Amino acid sequence: MEEKEIGCARPTGALVGEPEPALEEKAEPVKKEVPGMTIMVGRKAPDFEAPVYHKGKFGSVKLSDSLGKWVVLCFYPGDFTFV
Amino acid sequence: MSAVADKYPVFQELGVDVYSVSVDSQFVHKVWNDNELSKMVEGGVPFPMISDAGGNLGKIYGVYDDQAGVDVRGRFIIDPDGVIQGMEVLTPPVGRNVEETIRQIKAFQLVRATKGKEVTPSGWQPGKTTLKPGPDLVANVWKFWKPRDNK
Repeated sequence: MEEKEIGCARPTGALVGEPEPALEEKAEPVKKEVPGMTIMVGRKAPDFEAPVYHKGKFGSVKLSDSLGKWVVLCFYPGDFTFV
Repeated sequence: MSAVADKYPVFQELGVDVYSVSVDSQFVHKVWNDNELSKMVEGGVPFPMISDAGGNLGKIYGVYDDQAGVDVRGRFIIDPDGVIQGMEVLTPPVGRNVEETIRQIKAFQLVRATKGKEVTPSGWQPGKTTLKPGPDLVANVWKFWKPRDNK
């Protein structure tokens, strides 16, 4: 994992494994609907880059860095929740 | 999240990268891991804990509740090509069954390894009967598999 400055999570605006939009477009938060950016089984996952805490370090991960491996992505409501 | 962390060795054996995601900051992830989760799972959380401030990722994955301001319990299985193979979304009060996630990954891996020549019937477990789709199987599933076979 790459160690990085504190940042915020942002979608890259592309599907996993697909080319990303040009930098100037990325500067704006991704608002416009990207064609094919629908969450559906059997379709590509939206790519993103996000800040992480991992084994004592702050860093950053990108979903497409896991291409070639299986991924489990688990959203949950919040730290210190009970379930 | 400790339940997923506890099963991390199994995920590793299966070649799975695990990421957890909530709207909490990296700092809060650190404090939760260091002060609570590390007491529930030896060594603490072994996978990257993603901070999704503002729910940017939750929104694109359809699991951000804008009224509550949190990501609900969404779990996605993504294959080596980046294709979503499975998803499950629960409201916050009910936790996931990690064993079921592992079962599904094993099933998807079998289907992928056989290039779809074998598929897994309901409730399939490793070692149990798979089905081979084709003209001969039409109306003949009963010869190969019955719901009670899983018991």
